[in-house]
Amino acid sequence: MSDEILSMHGITKSFPGVTALRDVEFSVRRGEIHAICGENGAGKSTLMKILSGVHPHGTYSGEVVFDGEVCSFSGIRDSEARGIVIIHQELALVGQLSIAENLFLGNEMARRGMVDWNRTNHEAEKHLRRVGLHENPVTQAGSLGVGKQQLVEIAKALSKKVRLLILDEPTAALNDDDSAHLLELLRGLREDGITCVVISHKLSEIIAIADTITILRDGRTIETLDATDVTENRLIAGMVGRDLEHRFPPREPHVGEEVLRIEDWTVHSPTIHGRVVVDRANLSLRRGEIVGLAGLMGAGRTELAMSVFGRSYGVDISGRVVKDGRVIDVRTVESAIRNGIAYVSEDRKRYGLNLVADVKQNVSAAGLSLLSKRGWVNDNEEVSVAERFRKALRIKTPNVQTGVQTLSGGNQQKVVLAKWMFTEPDVLILDEPTRGVDVGAKYEIYTIVNSLAEQGKSVLVISSELPELLGLCDRIYTLSAGRITGEVPRADATQERLMRYMTQEVGRE
Amino acid sequence: MSDLASESRASEVDDFPPPVATPASPRRIRINLRQSGIYVAFAMIVVLFTVLTDGDLLEPGNISNIIVQNSYVLILAIGMILVIISGHIDLSVGSVVAVTGGLCAVLTVNWGMPWWLAVLVTLATGALIGAAQGYWVAFFGIPAFIVTLGGMLVFRALTLTVLGNQGIGPFPNEIRTLANGFTDGYFGNVGLGPLGGADIVSLLVGILVVVGFAFVQWRTRRGRLGYGQVVDPFPLFAGKILLAALVVMFVVVQLARFRNLPWVLVLLAVLVLGYSLMANRSVFGRHIYAVGGNLQAATLSGVRVKPVTFWVFVNMGVLAALAGVIFAGRLNQAGPTAGNAFELDAIAAAFIGGAAVQGGVGKVIGAITGGLIMGVINNGMSLIGAPSERVMLVKGLVLLAAVAYDVWTKRRAGTVR
Repeated sequence: MSDEILSMHGITKSFPGVTALRDVEFSVRRGEIHAICGENGAGKSTLMKILSGVHPHGTYSGEVVFDGEVCSFSGIRDSEARGIVIIHQELALVGQLSIAENLFLGNEMARRGMVDWNRTNHEAEKHLRRVGLHENPVTQAGSLGVGKQQLVEIAKALSKKVRLLILDEPTAALNDDDSAHLLELLRGLREDGITCVVISHKLSEIIAIADTITILRDGRTIETLDATDVTENRLIAGMVGRDLEHRFPPREPHVGEEVLRIEDWTVHSPTIHGRVVVDRANLSLRRGEIVGLAGLMGAGRTELAMSVFGRSYGVDISGRVVKDGRVIDVRTVESAIRNGIAYVSEDRKRYGLNLVADVKQNVSAAGLSLLSKRGWVNDNEEVSVAERFRKALRIKTPNVQTGVQTLSGGNQQKVVLAKWMFTEPDVLILDEPTRGVDVGAKYEIYTIVNSLAEQGKSVLVISSELPELLGLCDRIYTLSAGRITGEVPRADATQERLMRYMTQEVGRE
Repeated sequence: MSDLASESRASEVDDFPPPVATPASPRRIRINLRQSGIYVAFAMIVVLFTVLTDGDLLEPGNISNIIVQNSYVLILAIGMILVIISGHIDLSVGSVVAVTGGLCAVLTVNWGMPWWLAVLVTLATGALIGAAQGYWVAFFGIPAFIVTLGGMLVFRALTLTVLGNQGIGPFPNEIRTLANGFTDGYFGNVGLGPLGGADIVSLLVGILVVVGFAFVQWRTRRGRLGYGQVVDPFPLFAGKILLAALVVMFVVVQLARFRNLPWVLVLLAVLVLGYSLMANRSVFGRHIYAVGGNLQAATLSGVRVKPVTFWVFVNMGVLAALAGVIFAGRLNQAGPTAGNAFELDAIAAAFIGGAAVQGGVGKVIGAITGGLIMGVINNGMSLIGAPSERVMLVKGLVLLAAVAYDVWTKRRAGTVR
């Protein structure tokens, strides 16, 4: 038997308009803990989805060799049959079912179609003991905390006779105690001969636990390192790369006086009681300025933006929003719009577009009051406005009566931008403005952002792509665990520095 | 292609696949087919039954019948299409028809209230009923299916409480006329050669409607041209107006030969016109579409989604009360079983007329056409002596086919990207 349990060769995977993985090489030794590092969008999750059959054989090119055999999984069942189990970042337990039912979901202990509950619960208890979870197997899974749910997921993997366990951001939602327990458990599994692949943003954790580390960047394998004498700086340098290509239009910033200031902004989670999502954040925007907001997934970027925009996220919000020296009301979306704030969501299909409507109706959706008199819309004016934006933003559509559903991602994004530009805002919050957009359209969107700043508007850009922030912004805030951990002017900003602030651990009270 | 984009392409694109091109022309044709399919289907059904009934379907008396018999379902369909566009459903309208009809009977027959006041009170009660249900849907967040299912039972129960086991009647003449009567022949008749005598007032109204329609269309076209928009070429534009004029004049001449214009047709015409305008051109109408199309996107665009939903249900209540008055007036009696299963007819009319199950799509005129399709099937099949179970069977299959067509076109649209 070879020393390698898994090797993936020349993996290339494309989505419409984007190549997520390019010729990736990845191999894992038997019985080790192997960590994968990389920025958001580097391709880590895509690679793991190929390995676990979520992206079935045939939708990618390249070769997956597991335990000496070439594999062509057509679904998650195939990979699980070989002992490859993936635990996703979003836990996949059914909250209303018991722990035991969850453990054997899709794999029920049944005889002739009838579930044997005694055996189910007995077996479940055995697996729970192994992961150190002392709970009654008939307890509802939804009543457990996130940490314990994570353990149930691992127990579920063990029940499937796992040989290669993949964990995607296992500690992202855990507190320090639960994280420590989980890492200890992974070490225990290693003793038992189970190989683990861990995706994590927490570099200190990776260094503490991993035997080997592979770094991905922009869909390529950058390097594979031995974890024994690696430093965080070394990892960061690998993750961000050194080359900043010329993919941004030139711009001469003309920054004026302060327009918007957010003070002591605190937001609590609407789902997990008492959890602070944004913690006393302070930030300001000036006229004609493009400001970046950097942070890893789950740092609270979108939550900060949406809570400011009409309290569209979160509960128990406190803090002040000051515009032009005056405290403004942002309690409803309407008042936020009236006060000259616009928010372009990161998820344009869910939060940005009415997909069954056409281009012009989407463009006018937030600014109907500008097109109407006494409650009646001037539909000729509406067409003219939509036409104007179609030309100005170069939206590729045969006409403005075309359904917005048929447009490509980049053009849909331009429609959303047009919708908000039409409301004539002073402050635009752009959440991941180039997500799912091809490179050509990215450049055009950057051009639009630049021209907005040129018109004297203030733009806050939230992005997972550090090069994008560095190429676009005059100033960059970093967010970690809901706190602003840094404010860096463009001249001093490097990816390494930002990444350090973004991964800075903040103590929680 | 722009300079900027081609620049960026030159520097970057080697590694990336070209952006997905948007297929323009085939898609546009399909959209048009999807929108006009319903009218083509209606025309075909009319032709089919005209042939099957040896022309009886289009006889003057029968046309009048089809309109009067279906008027209350058409009124309900107008309210229902708005409810469905906003992404909800209303199962209670049949029971609301019954309870409001009963109320109107009690007010006029038992209490001797003047007919106009009784109608106003009934409509206001309909608004209250709609508000009560709209509150639970919009502000409390209970699915409309549940709220109105409850309403269906509650309002049927109230009807039975008020009326007991018997009906109340007869209604005052004015209400009966509104439901069942015809305009007076103020200027007498005019001879139309082989067609016989026809009412002058009806003919004049028909001509006025056609001229008015042509004028509005022409003004809209001029407005669009003024804004530099693309419009239909003139022959097509004129052809459409001519076709509409022919259809309207045919119906009007037939009615004028029979017993003049039914009042309920006048009422329907006003409602269709008003609600079409409201849906297409008013801010409120646009908000209904936005809420149904994507609730979250509408919320994040500053639309106050809860009041919009609430008022849509209030409106449904008022129209259900109107249908209740007309139905009771037509039978000249308010009965405990009035309006049974009307909600299903109204919902079927809306879906046959092109509403989308998920909301956000639909037209008032489409719902009317859907309602007429069912009315013509009902009427035509009874003319050829088909038993009622076969009528039901055909209507069920037509509904399924219409929605299947809608889902199919949507799926095809979905695979474009």
